[in-house]
Amino acid sequence: MEAKQIMFAIFALVIVVFSVLTVTSRRILRAAVSLLMVLIATAGLYFILNYQFMAAVQLTLYAGGIVVLIIFSILLTSQISHKFERIETKKAFFSALAAVAGAVVVITTILNHSFSADTAAAAEVDMNLIGRSLLETGPDGYVLPFEVISVLLVAAMIGAIVIAKKGSPHKDEPAK
Amino acid sequence: MIMNSGIPLEFYLVLATVMFFTGIYGFLTRRNLITMLMSVELILNSVNINFMAFNRFLFPGKLEGHFFSLFVIAVAAAEAAVAIAIIINIYRRFTTINVEDVNQMKY
Repeated sequence: MEAKQIMFAIFALVIVVFSVLTVTSRRILRAAVSLLMVLIATAGLYFILNYQFMAAVQLTLYAGGIVVLIIFSILLTSQISHKFERIETKKAFFSALAAVAGAVVVITTILNHSFSADTAAAAEVDMNLIGRSLLETGPDGYVLPFEVISVLLVAAMIGAIVIAKKGSPHKDEPAK
Repeated sequence: MIMNSGIPLEFYLVLATVMFFTGIYGFLTRRNLITMLMSVELILNSVNINFMAFNRFLFPGKLEGHFFSLFVIAVAAAEAAVAIAIIINIYRRFTTINVEDVNQMKY
């Protein structure tokens, strides 16, 4: 076995185990840490695929940003020692049934489909190419989604500040 | 089977499928807003793996999948920021973030 295959096996195992722990752990902080492990293993998969930039983005934005945000909100809203009560057996059973049925359908479809690859030579994805593509207006450029996403990010930031702001005008409490 | 450094494409797709439906299961069973948000992050992440694997295996000369997952990550970050602002506001008003106890929309 090649080194990359061994690494893939390790990352796949980590992803499967910690995904299940993320959705079943009864302590919320443990679930968040499991999510962090899943996201880091995903970055590892991107490294195996030879997309270093995306792996770095995954590590900084997902594993660094979003998980820290989630852990912050857990600390603000929950008791760390609190354990969730057990899920009702009926609900757990039917949810698992739905998930397994969906997974079986999708996996059979994937395994029965024969994919045909493009024969073009693999492009070397370096920072130079990514930067140029992001700001190019031509057929291979992504300047429109880039601009749209920056407007979306600004809107989301302002929206988040406005929503989470204290002292919104309310009937039974005087505005500040 | 299409291989890339000894790993067939199907392995990535099956792995992403397992991750996706684990997220679905969590979304259906969890009753805490933050854990539901974590399940949604799992789902988004599995879709990203699919995009990247398709890009590398089927269209190695192009970058569509690469940039699409970049934008998905940006949207996920924006979504998480807004969702957490809403969750904190809900907690301030109801002192709980259990979806079954939050049953008033109008304040």
